[in-house]
Amino acid sequence: MQFGVFTVGDVTPDPTTGRTPSEEERIRSMIELALRAEDVGLDVVAFGEHHNPPFVPSSPTTMLGYVAARTRRIILSTATTLITTNDPVKIAEDYAMLQHLADGRADLMLGRGNTGPVYPWFGQDIRTGIQLAFEHYALLHRLWREDVVDWEGKFRTPLTGFTSTPRPLDSVPPFVWHGSIRSPEIAEQAAYYGDGFFHNNIFWPKEHTERMVALYRRRFEHYGHGRADEAIVGLGGQVFMRANSQDAIREFRPYFDKAPVYGGGPSLEDFTAQTPLTVGSPQEVIDRTLTFRDYVGDYQRQLFLIDHAGLPRSVVMEQLDMLGELVIPVLRREFAALRPPNIPDAPIHPRVAAARTAVVSAA
Amino acid sequence: MAATERHLRDAGIEPATTVIELRDHAQDLSNNLLTGFASPTLQAAIDQVTGGDGLIVASPIFNASYSGLFKTFFDVIEHGSLEGRPVLLAATGGTARHSLALEHALRPLFTYLGADTVRTAVYAASEDWGRSGVPADGSLVQRIDRAARELAAAMAVREPQVRADAYGDPEPFEQMLRDLEPRQAGD
Repeated sequence: MQFGVFTVGDVTPDPTTGRTPSEEERIRSMIELALRAEDVGLDVVAFGEHHNPPFVPSSPTTMLGYVAARTRRIILSTATTLITTNDPVKIAEDYAMLQHLADGRADLMLGRGNTGPVYPWFGQDIRTGIQLAFEHYALLHRLWREDVVDWEGKFRTPLTGFTSTPRPLDSVPPFVWHGSIRSPEIAEQAAYYGDGFFHNNIFWPKEHTERMVALYRRRFEHYGHGRADEAIVGLGGQVFMRANSQDAIREFRPYFDKAPVYGGGPSLEDFTAQTPLTVGSPQEVIDRTLTFRDYVGDYQRQLFLIDHAGLPRSVVMEQLDMLGELVIPVLRREFAALRPPNIPDAPIHPRVAAARTAVVSAA
Repeated sequence: MAATERHLRDAGIEPATTVIELRDHAQDLSNNLLTGFASPTLQAAIDQVTGGDGLIVASPIFNASYSGLFKTFFDVIEHGSLEGRPVLLAATGGTARHSLALEHALRPLFTYLGADTVRTAVYAASEDWGRSGVPADGSLVQRIDRAARELAAAMAVREPQVRADAYGDPEPFEQMLRDLEPRQAGD
């Protein structure tokens, strides 16, 4: 099972000091998160994509290319790559390039985007979000698998005799996860292609996650990719930890109360009861995360959001250290013990698999 | 409500009625606006409202329209969840001045929600409950009875609605992809 962190690069004031990080500081803190994640033994780091303030990651593959050069083992991914408002040709090129730079340590998670005006800024209409996701991914899928493509569709100018370069590394395209909170069409799409399905599993009651994953698994089997319990599932989650549970709650409360996403709404206690947010001790995070398996089955990737809502850089690094030192090793062991032998791992590029075998042999 | 129950029984239908006071859900409704999801107690209330065979809605008239709290409830329910539902519109107000808010605020709202609003909407101003020195003319009671009869009749002819479960039975992918393709002349 893969464990990691994801960040959406929000530029949020620290509510306890009133200070807002600069864009430069936020970019650097995202990079630092990625580098430190590898140091503390995490398997994956994923960057979001946004095209407006108060966010910085408008050019995810630029950032991930930099992280690729500064890391050796961690898998680089996205949360999420916009399949709607990006040109699928550009996605094909950028992520194949990243694959080469990262020696195969790259995959991507596709989403439609949650910011309305991004659609018209990039020449699209939000009302066609699902159709865009379908048509763009169908083209992306072909661009990575067919050397020469002739294509025509509704939302992009036609292609004649087009070759997307570079070709995927060793002709193995990056693995794709499709992400959606509530749209059954996307779970259906993931199942159709036999791709992975990712649910962000934050900000919403677990019933959303549960029904989407159940749908994806059922349809994965329907399309003949394997048994429902063998489908490739990833989850997000959000945590804030201190050694002592009460300290965690006390320290996180002002960040929660003023957070742009949920500030002014339900109390921290209600929100942690009604969504997967866990604020407490490392043991509480372990226990809560283990319960995700009860409603999604055995899954392949668990990513945590830890740098959200204006938390200072130093505090985020402390969260990462605690994850790496106290939480992930236990979760690795516990999830492995619970997992039946037929459950596959998330697909990784053959180069990454080979590198891991080499490490094991050399040990 | 009692009048509707009586008319349903006359038609051989035994009603099960629930009253939902939005005041009890005011905080949860605000939270739903901010978080995008309902607390368990609010969700239970929403499920009752959208799961019934008929609905009587009543709002005070504030500033010539339905109250904000009333509107918030219908802003957070799932899109399409009241489609085809027989609804009786009702409102209360201090005077009769804004009784037509039923026609220019409530009815368009419920039409947009896809509901089947019965013809007679009921407005009660303070004076309708009784004016000193003026004999009751019974018109409010008659109006209630007329609206209730219409609601009961609309409910009686409806089959229980079974909404397709998009998560249980999704549209197949290839069908959705085909729907994307531009129509050719002669299709």
